[in-house]
Amino acid sequence: MKIYVCVKQVPDTSGVVAVNPDGTMNRSKMPTIINPDDLNAMEAALTLKEREGATVVAISMGPPQAGEMMRELLAMGADEAVLISGREFGGSDTFATSQIIAGGIHHLGIEEGDLILCGRQAIDGDTAQVGPQIAEKLHLPQVTYATEIVKDGNTYTVKRALEDGYMKIQVKSPCLITCIKELNEPRYMTVQGVFEADEKPLLILDYEALKDEPLIEADTIGLKGSPTNIFKSFNPPVKGQGEMLQGSVKEMAAALADRLAAKHVI
Amino acid sequence: MILDQKHLRFQKLCRQFAETEFTKELLDRLDETGEFDWDIFNKMSRYGFCGVKIPKEYGGAGGDYLSYALLVEEFARVSPVMSIYANTSNSLGGGPLMLAGSEEQKQFYLPPVAKGEKIMVFALTEPGAGSDAGGTTTRAEEQPDGSFILNGRKTFISGAPVADYCIVFAKTDPKQKGSRGISMFILDMHLPGVSCGKPEHKMGIKGYPTCDLIMEDVHVAKDALVGQKDKGFGYAMKTLDGGRLGMAAQGVGIAQGCLEEAIKYAKERKQFGRPIANFQAISFMLADMATETEAARQLVYHAAQLKDAGKEAGQACSMAKYFAAEAANHVAYKAVQIHGGYGYINEYKVERFYRDARIVPIYEGTSQVQQMVISGMLLK
Repeated sequence: MKIYVCVKQVPDTSGVVAVNPDGTMNRSKMPTIINPDDLNAMEAALTLKEREGATVVAISMGPPQAGEMMRELLAMGADEAVLISGREFGGSDTFATSQIIAGGIHHLGIEEGDLILCGRQAIDGDTAQVGPQIAEKLHLPQVTYATEIVKDGNTYTVKRALEDGYMKIQVKSPCLITCIKELNEPRYMTVQGVFEADEKPLLILDYEALKDEPLIEADTIGLKGSPTNIFKSFNPPVKGQGEMLQGSVKEMAAALADRLAAKHVI
Repeated sequence: MILDQKHLRFQKLCRQFAETEFTKELLDRLDETGEFDWDIFNKMSRYGFCGVKIPKEYGGAGGDYLSYALLVEEFARVSPVMSIYANTSNSLGGGPLMLAGSEEQKQFYLPPVAKGEKIMVFALTEPGAGSDAGGTTTRAEEQPDGSFILNGRKTFISGAPVADYCIVFAKTDPKQKGSRGISMFILDMHLPGVSCGKPEHKMGIKGYPTCDLIMEDVHVAKDALVGQKDKGFGYAMKTLDGGRLGMAAQGVGIAQGCLEEAIKYAKERKQFGRPIANFQAISFMLADMATETEAARQLVYHAAQLKDAGKEAGQACSMAKYFAAEAANHVAYKAVQIHGGYGYINEYKVERFYRDARIVPIYEGTSQVQQMVISGMLLK
């Protein structure tokens, strides 16, 4: 069994966002982290590997600097890492990105019994589109917002978190599942893993390597192939600090009513 | 010195682990009770921190001295006592065996120590033999069958109450004077005749218990002798060389932790209508603290690099330990000073750092012993 884990390097939200003149983010100028939800996907993959045995392949699209992130995933326990990287892919929106990652996975091969795990969404774009789009482009079933994944042979029973409850879905592999933070607590790298990460395989797939893939067409990848037009990128305005009221419900309600009355809201 | 990607990655792991796992609740509990916390030790062990410097063939990660220094620095930056938890197996505990143990001894003892399944500590100091380790009076009498009977008392033995094994130094040939005629043994702490004194009430480094180790007619087998008979003092000194590097890294970590707390506080605290960081009296103190911390760090990394390159590093380790230990205290002093009255209250991290820092110029060779080592090499 092969488990692909799709991972994105994202700007550290505690830092300042650098923006290119075309409105896209200048990732090379920002401190970066591994997208938090993707770490939950990685943890799910490593847990499945420990229980059932599997080859865990971390896959990402990004600039060459993302190579160190791939090494960190290898240090956590991934067996292989694949970085799709090339100028032709730069500036891709979710449509183009999912096209390219799906092309990459198709290039590497996906068979019965295999699984693709993604984080629900990346903290920079918050779209939650790439995972589902990869599944669509590979014609695979998908289950989103997983809080529990149980494997039984080639069938997965996935508990999906919804706003007002949950849903249990059975799905046959190969399939794609997107993970949320309630699924698990991601592990750290291990000491041994850190020292051995450089010896594990890190494959770089550039445009040349993927250009013959049916999904990779010059006019559907990169900034040119992205139907999204970015109107503006900005740092969200800093919100004022909230205040937690203390005491019994009655006391808190009274205190709140006083505040609202003082501001002439009520 | 510029760290390479592998060391940066390792530093990141240590920092993430320390910042996430060494919670205020845990550190307060350690400080209040003084008791060893098995949960955090076991978690550290699971991730491999206890075996960083132990070779792969003996169950460790096979890391170098620089990695070991980074581990101790990053852990000490958040909690000096936690850095001791991860340090011992890589330093004074596992070190003597890596240095002088037979293949059988290494195969038997090191893997469980590297995995944190067993704890091994180091006992050299005696009530009458501190800096003058040659004054060892613990006696090991060789028996006709080659086994030994140990009698004596070791003092200030860190980790003894929780240890499974202890590296013990004892006089095997009383006819030889001073540091000669001392041998190194590995003592099973569960043997009849081995007992521990009451845990000491220490100023700092609370949560890693320290006590006396008492040996009364303890019968150890022939294979408890580590290395050559009567050559133990040399092994002790060489082990302490590596240990000094670790404690120097601990000094750097403490200094860095204090510096960060002081910067944060100086920006927050307002007096006379502005943050106290805007006063030159404070900002210049911060500049001095940062400079001293960085100088100490470079001495430590340099000494580690020398050791990793297989070069003579005795003097460099002593310089690093001397400078970093003193720096930790200067920086901790200033951090408390910047905090004013709040720095004297244990709600604030610098109060604990200040107490923890005080032992660094004392253990594993006082600052004055380091001066003796450095000047001895200059004048020989």
